[in-house]
Amino acid sequence: MTKQIIKLTVNGEEQEVLAEPRELLIYVLREKMGMKGPHVGCETSHCGACTVEMDGKSVKSCTMFAAQAQGAEITTIEGLGTPDNLHVLQENFKEHHGLQCGYCTPGMITRAHRLLQENPNPTEEEVRFGIAGNICRCTGYQNIVKSILSAAAELNAAKEAAQ
Amino acid sequence: MIPAAFEYHRPSDIAGALSVLAEHGDDARVLAGGHSLIPMMKLRMADVPHLIDLQDIDVLKGIKIDGGTVTIGAMVTQHEIIVSDALFAAAPIMREAALQIADPQVRYMGTIGGNVANGDPGNDMPGLMQCLDASFVLEGADGTRTTKARDFYEAAYMTERDDEEILTHIVFDATTAGYAYEKQKRKIGDYATAACAALITKDGDTVASASISMTNLSDVPVFSEAANAALVGTTCDAAAVKAAVAAALEDIDPTEDNRGPVEFKMHVAGIIIARAIERAWSRA
Repeated sequence: MTKQIIKLTVNGEEQEVLAEPRELLIYVLREKMGMKGPHVGCETSHCGACTVEMDGKSVKSCTMFAAQAQGAEITTIEGLGTPDNLHVLQENFKEHHGLQCGYCTPGMITRAHRLLQENPNPTEEEVRFGIAGNICRCTGYQNIVKSILSAAAELNAAKEAAQ
Repeated sequence: MIPAAFEYHRPSDIAGALSVLAEHGDDARVLAGGHSLIPMMKLRMADVPHLIDLQDIDVLKGIKIDGGTVTIGAMVTQHEIIVSDALFAAAPIMREAALQIADPQVRYMGTIGGNVANGDPGNDMPGLMQCLDASFVLEGADGTRTTKARDFYEAAYMTERDDEEILTHIVFDATTAGYAYEKQKRKIGDYATAACAALITKDGDTVASASISMTNLSDVPVFSEAANAALVGTTCDAAAVKAAVAAALEDIDPTEDNRGPVEFKMHVAGIIIARAIERAWSRA
């Protein structure tokens, strides 16, 4: 089947690759664009380990063909922070033990990032509902919720201080 | 996980989409949010040699509310339904139901048109559309036609839509009726073990009108005229609710699956229907 040039802006950088229409966005990101943070945890669109941010939406990149994302702006966990310069969410997941094996973490943090943009001051219940598309096998979620609430508080305090 | 190869089409208008459908017939399918179709393609349960992505077709987008009529483009996502304050004012049951569908990521992508056209009895919107007495606008080579949600569903994955037609819009009257969408499910993102949509209006102390429909309790959504009739004119007291539930249960035909045996589903349905009626009445 005809391959096409897929252009994506990934973490602020324009990338171009050749892909078949059937190639899923997660594979194009991982195998062709070098973003190995987003993971594959299922084949039924439940787990959310492949979550990335695309044009202001949290999407499961296993349930989208790269061709559909043509021209999109994508943020993966790699674009949120680096080991030397952690994002507030990354810092708080570390601080509050919001990860163990780390496999769900990139999707979880990317989803939490979007959640806090839409609802900067969520309740515990809103956080739990807001990350319901992301499954974790290790943590039991409790510390993930703590991490996100704490990151939200920190972001809000910083915002207030700036005003 | 690995879908079979296909040719990808991305028309910018309906005519372009229809021409691919006309050319390839059964070998072509439209792609909306992709959150039912792509999973099926990954399991190779759907064979789609030609995929027609509808995302560039502007006429399929947007929610319009005009003179009491709500028109929703088929490509409007569940997320857009939830965040639309205008839609919430016109038909609050839409937000209540959409929040019980899937999970955040799926709701950013999954569309109302895909939900209603899919034909899976597990989808929530079809029963809701029957409750709202919505109409579906279908466009094909011969032009546009409109069909009622209450007439649209024939069997599991079988609807009145012809293979060469595209469902373009969903139209229903705004409603301030008391409302409820009650859904029993095993976990977030699951299709219902039983779900019920209810709209009830009040005249003084009595039920002026009632509209009750059910999800995933038959191979199609079920609109229960008998349940409505059991409520109208009553004060929606315990006896009336009981009679309506009994009437609704007569109209369903659940099948056993990993959500439970038939007897259990009838039991769950009874509880969910009663809750939907009681909550809708409390808001009427």
